[in-house]
Amino acid sequence: MAIEISEKTIKHEFIDRINELSGQDIYKCFQCGTCGGACPMSGQMEILPRKIMRMLQLGMAEHISELETGWECASCHSCSVNCPRGIDLARVMEAVRLLILRKNINKIEPSRLAEAVVRELPQIALVAGFRKLTS
Amino acid sequence: MSAPKQVATGDRAILPEGAKTIPIYVMGKRYEVPETLTIMKAMEFAGFKFLRGAGCRGGICGACPTVYRKEGDYKLYFGLACQTVVEPNMYLAQIPFYPANRAVYDIEQIEPLADAVHALYPEIFRCVACNNCSKACPMKVEVLDYISAIKQGDLARAAKLSFDCIQCGMCASRCMGELPQYHIAQLVRRLYGKYIQPGAEHLQKRVAQIESGKYDGMLAELQKMSHAELEKIYKEREREPDMVPLGTWMPKDVSHL
Amino acid sequence: MKVSYYPGCTLKTKAKHLEDSALASLAALGVEIRELPRWNCCGAVHSLADDDLIHHVAPVRDLIRAKDEGSERLVTLCSMCYNTLARANLLMRNDEVKRKTINDFMTEESDYQGEVEVEHLIPFLRDVIGWDNLRAKIKVPLTGMKIASYYGCTLVRPQNVAIEPVAGKIMNEFVEALGAEPIDFSANTLCCGSYQVLAHPDSVADVVGRIIESASRAGADALILSCPLCEYNLLKKQEELLEKQKIGRRMPVFYFSQLLAMALGLGPESYRPDMSDAASVEFLKSKNFSVESAAVQA
Repeated sequence: MAIEISEKTIKHEFIDRINELSGQDIYKCFQCGTCGGACPMSGQMEILPRKIMRMLQLGMAEHISELETGWECASCHSCSVNCPRGIDLARVMEAVRLLILRKNINKIEPSRLAEAVVRELPQIALVAGFRKLTS
Repeated sequence: MSAPKQVATGDRAILPEGAKTIPIYVMGKRYEVPETLTIMKAMEFAGFKFLRGAGCRGGICGACPTVYRKEGDYKLYFGLACQTVVEPNMYLAQIPFYPANRAVYDIEQIEPLADAVHALYPEIFRCVACNNCSKACPMKVEVLDYISAIKQGDLARAAKLSFDCIQCGMCASRCMGELPQYHIAQLVRRLYGKYIQPGAEHLQKRVAQIESGKYDGMLAELQKMSHAELEKIYKEREREPDMVPLGTWMPKDVSHL
Repeated sequence: MKVSYYPGCTLKTKAKHLEDSALASLAALGVEIRELPRWNCCGAVHSLADDDLIHHVAPVRDLIRAKDEGSERLVTLCSMCYNTLARANLLMRNDEVKRKTINDFMTEESDYQGEVEVEHLIPFLRDVIGWDNLRAKIKVPLTGMKIASYYGCTLVRPQNVAIEPVAGKIMNEFVEALGAEPIDFSANTLCCGSYQVLAHPDSVADVVGRIIESASRAGADALILSCPLCEYNLLKKQEELLEKQKIGRRMPVFYFSQLLAMALGLGPESYRPDMSDAASVEFLKSKNFSVESAAVQA
């Protein structure tokens, strides 16, 4: 897939907003891939965190909003504690999610969860999941 | 001059002679209404006619919740229109109905377990403990505490904490997590009443007496009486005096106990 | 020193065996911790966005309850509650601007500056009772049990709330004090997938498989943990993995406090296993621990 990258396509406002929300400097990332290596969820991830970081640096707002990576994050901070550049990637992923959630868009729908699932899950799973995946 | 005496009692407001009028704002429009009236009476005075948003007029039915602000004050206040006395320059709107998710269930089929409540209302886990619900409650129910109790699985505690709820829906109107607190609490109280709370022994005893026919003869006797006879025994009936200490009074005729 | 106890919602229902075993053990050790008379859900996860303060209100409200009780310490058993409360506490202690905003929002509560210490029960046991003291009170040493300690993520990440600087020591010391043999394994801090069980259950199964295989290869008989969500994921996903033959055998999973209650000689009503988990029940039977709640431990 050819992706056009030019000054015209880079969404600087998006980059600023991600930095602001996460309190991180995404330009520090040099794509070493340590984050993906440490990530428990990376086994099933199509696009690894380091690629997301690169796409963020290139201000690819629309592309990122269509990817699943941010939604697969379990906020476990493995990436954050291992990053040689000191970036708290868990915060960056939260910022990526929030830009979507704050438009009143849910990733999962609490009302449509199967009754058996809600009955069985510990409360902390539902509380944590709704906080990270609903608006 | 001393502050005007607020004489409204429930909805039975009596306008004292020469009462002053004060300005209030209903949905943004200014009206001059007599002080001492309740919001509901003041709105009727101003020409509003309640088709919805008025029920018992006695502070119980929960139909007339009203949200208002006071002059120069950022805070939101909540009250029942039939109970709250107007103040000068209050800005108010009635919220007779607020959309809130209400689950469908068959009380006969549902177990009195927290899991069952959670499954019907999973959004309860979206609570962020902001406490706006408790602040909005015109009945001063600790809404956050009962929601917490339900999340913790303590249905009995939640039923007791929510006992004063009148289902007005103000909690839901202010909820960041979009919870229908009052509907969840109603389900919990239903479960508590049906399955958890021990039945009142004296009531069970009396029901058994009725079912065994103990009062059939007495009722048959009453049915045979004329209107005049009924009126006479009604007027002569023995009454428990007001404020008598519990357990100290007994009727002279104990044949029906 | 006054110590308050914050249970968390799950410990009152699905993880009652975590609470029961821990409280019975503490009573046997002569330590009193008192449950907060009024508390709300802590929120289970820490909010990570710089402008999102409303999601810190829940844990801070609980910290205020502890302070209002006059407690210096707030002890937790659930790893997620520990992590959420401890991080909110640091925020209130260290970030003046956010502290003011949060305090101003909660007009109905007293102001909070991070006065209370949030502590997980494992370091609390080490610091208040001490491993030697604990060893002296063991009635049924768990000799011969090979126990892998699974920290997961919330006990050790991020570093500012980690129960120890490098994971692997404190839970091994705990296991040793009970007379069992600690087993090191490489996946001891690999996250189980946590709340992603809602959105990406297959990814959770995948990572649970790696955790179980790692502990198995290291020679563990059983695994201990302190998080009800880890427990759920590890038990539930093992069923699926075994069906799909992705793991060779089921690894018994216990809360650390269940082993503590067993070693202190308490009855099965205190350490009772999750009876729906055949592997855990079988393991206890094989080690001559009764699983009948009425019977006294064999």
